[in-house]
Amino acid sequence: MSSVDVSDIPALARGCAVLGTGGGGDVRTGSLAAIRAIREHGEVPLVELDDLPEDALIVPLSGIGAPTVSHEMIHSADEPGRIAEEVERLFGRPPSAIMSSEIGGSNGVAPVAWAAQLGLPLLDADGMGRAFPEVQMVSMYVAGLPADLVIMSDIVGNVVTIRPVDGLWSERLARAVCVAAGSTALMADYVLTTARARGAVIEGTVTRAIEIGRATEGTADPLGALQESLDAVRLITGKLTDVERRTTGGFVRGTATIEGTGDDRGRRLTLELQNENLVALEDGRVRAMVPDLITVVDTETAGAIQTEALRYGQRVTVLAWPCDPLWRTPKGLDTAGPRAFGYDLDYLPVEELTTHG
Amino acid sequence: MADLPELRIGIDVGGTNTDAVVLGADGQVIAKAKRPTSPDVTEGLRAALDAVLGELEGGWERISRVMLGTTHATNAILERRNLGRVAVLRLGAPATTSVPPLSGWPDDLREAVSAGEAIVPGGHYVDGREIAPPGLDAVRRFLDGVEADAVAVTSVFSPAGGEHERLVEELVKAEYGLPVSVSHEIGSLGLLERENATVLNAALYGVAAHVTEALVTAMAERGLGARPYLAQNDGTLMTLEHAARLPVSTIGSGPANSLRGAAYLSGVSDAIVVDVGGTSTDLGVLAGGFPRESAAAVEIGGVLTNFRMPDILAIALGGGTVVRNGGIGPDSVGYRIVREALVFGGATVTMTDAAVAAGRSPRGVAGWRERLEAAVQADMSERADISERMEDILERAVAIADETVIDAVDRMALGRTDRPLVAVGGGAFLLPDVIPGASRVIRPEHAEVANAVGAAIALASGRVDTILPAGDSRSEAIERAKEEAAARAVAAGADPSGVEIVDLLEVPLSYLSQPAVRVHVKAAGPLAR
Repeated sequence: MSSVDVSDIPALARGCAVLGTGGGGDVRTGSLAAIRAIREHGEVPLVELDDLPEDALIVPLSGIGAPTVSHEMIHSADEPGRIAEEVERLFGRPPSAIMSSEIGGSNGVAPVAWAAQLGLPLLDADGMGRAFPEVQMVSMYVAGLPADLVIMSDIVGNVVTIRPVDGLWSERLARAVCVAAGSTALMADYVLTTARARGAVIEGTVTRAIEIGRATEGTADPLGALQESLDAVRLITGKLTDVERRTTGGFVRGTATIEGTGDDRGRRLTLELQNENLVALEDGRVRAMVPDLITVVDTETAGAIQTEALRYGQRVTVLAWPCDPLWRTPKGLDTAGPRAFGYDLDYLPVEELTTHG
Repeated sequence: MADLPELRIGIDVGGTNTDAVVLGADGQVIAKAKRPTSPDVTEGLRAALDAVLGELEGGWERISRVMLGTTHATNAILERRNLGRVAVLRLGAPATTSVPPLSGWPDDLREAVSAGEAIVPGGHYVDGREIAPPGLDAVRRFLDGVEADAVAVTSVFSPAGGEHERLVEELVKAEYGLPVSVSHEIGSLGLLERENATVLNAALYGVAAHVTEALVTAMAERGLGARPYLAQNDGTLMTLEHAARLPVSTIGSGPANSLRGAAYLSGVSDAIVVDVGGTSTDLGVLAGGFPRESAAAVEIGGVLTNFRMPDILAIALGGGTVVRNGGIGPDSVGYRIVREALVFGGATVTMTDAAVAAGRSPRGVAGWRERLEAAVQADMSERADISERMEDILERAVAIADETVIDAVDRMALGRTDRPLVAVGGGAFLLPDVIPGASRVIRPEHAEVANAVGAAIALASGRVDTILPAGDSRSEAIERAKEEAAARAVAAGADPSGVEIVDLLEVPLSYLSQPAVRVHVKAAGPLAR
């Protein structure tokens, strides 16, 4: 059994930013909360499913809300405890571990703080292997577990338990509660036993995020090291020449254009964005598409750039690599394939779409 | 009010040099001086002041204003010196307790600044509801247990409603007699960054008093009856009383002054400004005569803050940047350039030497080319075996420097190529005459003291950054924000009859229950007499 300590947090944060594929929220506040909680409560044990009894309760947690709000009205340290109490009330026994619902972005880092505050281990797994914008876009839903329980707690101590009829209703109702709570809340979506979690969560992703973050430390070639660590395809290295954004239905959509430089001079890649980077196109041809991962990084530092921070003139490299096989199943593609985001495209894996290495 | 023939002095304390200028009644530069910045800052300030006064032939009584832009505050934070101890109060409980105040601060800075931290009930939701009534008794209990020089108060969503911060400010002043920084006067949305800026502001009260005293004393010693002002980081001025409340606003005033000075000297109000110093080059953008502000959080002394700062891109290129076989910099000979560069008869190859070899020299210098040629000749005879000739090294240094500048200009221009580039600073001669990304290169007279000129331009400003409902009450609320910004400009020293709204920005917010807009208003006007 390993553990997550203060010294792991910067690497975890960098890795989670890369896995955020442009979305998932800023990792900074979550990092500060994690460091603070570890200093106060001690390091967080990182466990695997095999370390837990079959009937142990695992609580997948995520922050939900508007980024503008969570940047200002930061979580209360009491929120995870209220959810744990409710789990114990409902199931008759306390939770044994917590899990990140979404390893990409802030929800990959903050669970370290929540686990420390609860004195519980963190499961080395998550529900996405990346970031997605909607509540039902999780591996548990794809694996066919009934989405019949959502528990939310807010900053003043309200606890709301929802028994939705399916994943789409859990998104709709959770969103409404979140708005009433001031546009930020902590949410447990599904409560899993170890037995049910097998095959329904994406394992090893916390360790993976830390490895990705560590890969770029102390090297003269952070970009090469990151690409190797991800086993990613380099779609283009160039300059960001245009970003167009429009806000529709609460989500930011947009298009970013990258003109190749150096060896890629003369090439041009366009990225379709909706909170995350979803489709990469070149000469009218798709080079990579959701649910495969597409991340824009600073060419010099290999640090991931969020979609809202994309700006004209940045020197960037676009990397793409395969998603977890779960997302490539028919139900996975129904849930988070290109058509789930409104693109009339038949999914093809990134490794089949690309001839460049 | 009739214009009296008056003179203005602008002083800018930079990292290497302290510059001073005198502007005449018609706004022309009638005296200028450059002196090395002294370690205690104040001596360099006096020397520069004496130098420009010496250039005037009497008429000191016509000097009506002295404006100072200084790095005192920045230095105090970077060196952790002369900082006050601050009681840090946050109103937001039970929210925000997962990340307490000063999280992520470097230990030594936190130790130097913090007298204690507390999160007490208070603050607001995004829609204006109270999270909790302000916990005044908790404030008293906290302050009874700390020994502080000042108090910093940050309330959740205070940029949209600062009344909880005001209540605590009144309490602290009435019951404890301590100076108070309130966050809604200092930063915008983003609790931790705004709180950090507010704490730094409170820690700088002593530094502000010291600067003020140094300036007032220096003026009194010289019999100047002029009114003193301090420059702030949006390129405008504030009265000493205002500066005493908002010392953090002086951080970044140097680049802002140089931008405003560039606008003034060149007569253009929309431009890319490139300020080439001895060690580094600062690029900024003038929009409507004022510095474009940074959209990102700015780090000061290892602490992230979000108060307004000019959007500056600094590159390691200056007149003293060392040139060697294989590249340039990032090290620089700095102020030692006048002894060490080849054009001064020294033995270190610098960017100044490379520029002179490429036919680029400042106006009115004598003997540079000759000394450089002599050095190149000597080098050739001494080191005939070296594969690379000095001339080639110099030529390549200029090519690298030009490419770096062109790249940086492109980053700052955000795709627009129709604006001119104004070249200022002591090393402006390094820049080429043609830069893709700029319509033309303007080299105004007195460009080497553009920062001091910027300080001498007499404008004061005020700003409001808040969240407003997007519905029917929107236009009324925006009018109120404009009035508030104008009132703040007057508080900073502007003439009420001359205040104008110079910037109004509305950004719609997503993901919220009620449609809302984030509004930024800035007002500016000439200083009152």
